[in-house]
Amino acid sequence: MAGPINWFSQIASITKFGLLSIPQRRGAVVATVIGIAGVVTVLVGVLSIAAGFRQAMTVSASPDGAIVLRSGADSEMVSGFGRDETRVIADSPGVARTAQGPLASAELFVIINIPKRSTGTDANVPLRGVEPAALLVRDNLKIIRGRMFDWGKDEVIVGRGAAQEFAGLEVGSKIKVGRYEWPVAGIFSADGGVAESEIWTDAKVLQDAYNRGDSFQSVSVRLNSPGAFQQFKDSLTSNPQLNVKVVRQSEYYAEQSETITRLITTLGFLIAFLMAIGAVFGALNTMYSAVAARTREIATLRALGFGSSAVVVSLMLESLLLALVGGILGGGLAWLAFNNFHTSTMNWQSFSQIAFAFKVTPELLVRGIVWSALIGLIGGLFPAIRAARLPIAAALREL
Amino acid sequence: MKFFHLIWCNLKRKKLRTSLTLLSIVVAFVLFGFLSAIQQALVGGVEMAGADRLIVRHKVSIIQLLPVSYEARMDRIAGVDFATHQTWFGGIYQDPKNFFMQNPVEPEKFLQMHPEIILPPEQEKAWLATRTGAIVGRRTANRFHWKIGDQVPIQSTIWTRPDGSHTWEFDIVGIYDGKDKGTDTTPMFFRYDYFDEARQAWGKGQVGWYTIRIKDPSQAAEVAKRVDAEFENSPAETKTEPEGAFIQGWAKAIGNIVLIVAAILGAVFFTILLVTGNTMAQAVRERTGELGVLKAIGFTNGRIVGLVLAESCLLTVLGGTLGLGLAWLVISRGDPTSGLLPMFFFPTRDLLIGLGLSVVLGLVTGIFPALQAMRLRVADALRRM
Repeated sequence: MAGPINWFSQIASITKFGLLSIPQRRGAVVATVIGIAGVVTVLVGVLSIAAGFRQAMTVSASPDGAIVLRSGADSEMVSGFGRDETRVIADSPGVARTAQGPLASAELFVIINIPKRSTGTDANVPLRGVEPAALLVRDNLKIIRGRMFDWGKDEVIVGRGAAQEFAGLEVGSKIKVGRYEWPVAGIFSADGGVAESEIWTDAKVLQDAYNRGDSFQSVSVRLNSPGAFQQFKDSLTSNPQLNVKVVRQSEYYAEQSETITRLITTLGFLIAFLMAIGAVFGALNTMYSAVAARTREIATLRALGFGSSAVVVSLMLESLLLALVGGILGGGLAWLAFNNFHTSTMNWQSFSQIAFAFKVTPELLVRGIVWSALIGLIGGLFPAIRAARLPIAAALREL
Repeated sequence: MKFFHLIWCNLKRKKLRTSLTLLSIVVAFVLFGFLSAIQQALVGGVEMAGADRLIVRHKVSIIQLLPVSYEARMDRIAGVDFATHQTWFGGIYQDPKNFFMQNPVEPEKFLQMHPEIILPPEQEKAWLATRTGAIVGRRTANRFHWKIGDQVPIQSTIWTRPDGSHTWEFDIVGIYDGKDKGTDTTPMFFRYDYFDEARQAWGKGQVGWYTIRIKDPSQAAEVAKRVDAEFENSPAETKTEPEGAFIQGWAKAIGNIVLIVAAILGAVFFTILLVTGNTMAQAVRERTGELGVLKAIGFTNGRIVGLVLAESCLLTVLGGTLGLGLAWLVISRGDPTSGLLPMFFFPTRDLLIGLGLSVVLGLVTGIFPALQAMRLRVADALRRM
């Protein structure tokens, strides 16, 4: 009897009817909406930590960059090379060159204790000794305050993130490295990448201060093109003088961030999943009481010839709508509270601190809203089915 | 107690609503338990720290090594009972994901320093007799199905053997347990003499950090100062702090976990508060008439408030107990991140806090409906019958 248009208009009128009755049930409705908003806030918030960390790690990588470590080393911290080896690596085929020579920087990587601003306790801040090519090997490195350090002088430049997280790293202040005091010449940025957590100085200066002789820990190179990687890698691994591991910058940083992102995502999902179950119960409660309050109305509509499928769909729509409001609210709250929240944590591979900002990405917001929609659908389904199955005569008798 | 039946029947009246509310309370307390365990795993080490132990490390950073000769000098400092050292080995068993700590130690002094490590005497004897011997904690032994007598290869990311290889073979001679459940039984310990002889020239005679047992815990700060003064102006200056502060430093390095956990719990309980409060408010509203009857037959205001509060508390305590029990079951199954959280367990203290919290939750959610019930005027209420 009823065409699809009639069916839709039935749904529309029942839904409108339901929505108009919300003010009468505002306690329950508010509880549900806020419950779902809570789930989405926690989900998006926790995952934004992982997203921010991953982003800091991945923007650090340029597609034609590669890092050479001693074979068996899983981070720069435990790698090591002599001068002869770093020279062979720099002169390998595939490495880009300028008039000044190959774009390769042999580097040292150590950590020093500097107090965290937020807690006042010592944190392990990475201190990197670099060669002049370092600024060309990495993308987007800019001095934003002060100036570059002078090569050969006891001076450092500090990454923007490190300057923000740790105390006493302003231009003009001095950092204490053992018995030495090195002035901070400038602050640099690196597009939010991991280098921003570091302090840089001349590799030679660092070698002297740490009694490292003429040794290095890693070599960062820029290749002619991303495609030159295989050629570069093959020439190094087939060289009997060397015992090295060659990785793309992107792979290296992905490996470095894996532990912590795994930890955060596992725990984040678990927590959000449990909360979602709780929210489903809340939503079920609200919709069941919505159905109970409207038993007579629904029975009347059914008696008037409204289809049971229209009742089911419209009740689920109502629940979905409430859940979406909660989802959007939660996502917005997470965005306000967590986006670009600056913090630092430990890189478990090298024990050094990495400053980064939480990132509430659009994908996370979409994920949060999808979760809220699912909660709404599940929370609406069973009450809707109950409403559709109401024995009309019995329900009308309650009038 | 004689009203228990009435309260119980009231809860049973809307079975569906009660059970849904109950389930969301259960979920909230499962989360509570779970987050307690996470927090315990990340920052709980601080409580396990010995009050009479100091940690001495290189002043510049923990990765700088200290000369092994410092041990004898430390032993002579006033207030020091004895010192022993450990070194970070940074080994990998089969796959980098299988993370656990392995450190070379001086077996006798190590066991004396750490009474929380329980090793059967015959296994201790075997360790002292086997140069390549290693002892491993119960948790790691179970994880990799290691038995006494097994030979395990560990790839070191740091230390190279004279032949240039990174693979070190160890003989498992003992499996130790922790004195209580907070003791980390994931690390493996092996002999420093074997390690120092076998490592390549780099680092020989150098160790990672020292642990000092002090004679009087109340003198910790003074002794720490004396130790640092002893090595001042040497090529390897030291930084000495109580073990608790040292562990706390690591926890803080990971980030402000306590704050994050508290924020999540806050969000969860706020949500549950709303859901439960809403249920109770509905229940009271529906029963306005009955409450009027109770009042009419002489129930005092106090008794009415008591009835409503007892109902909400019964609901939350029931949910809380179920939730905490469930959390305990899940948590006993162990670390969900395979190795990153070695001390993952449900602390008894938090279990009690959870129970207390369930009572508080019941009182907070019940109080407004209870007051509402108390203020009912008998005549108005009866008119709504």
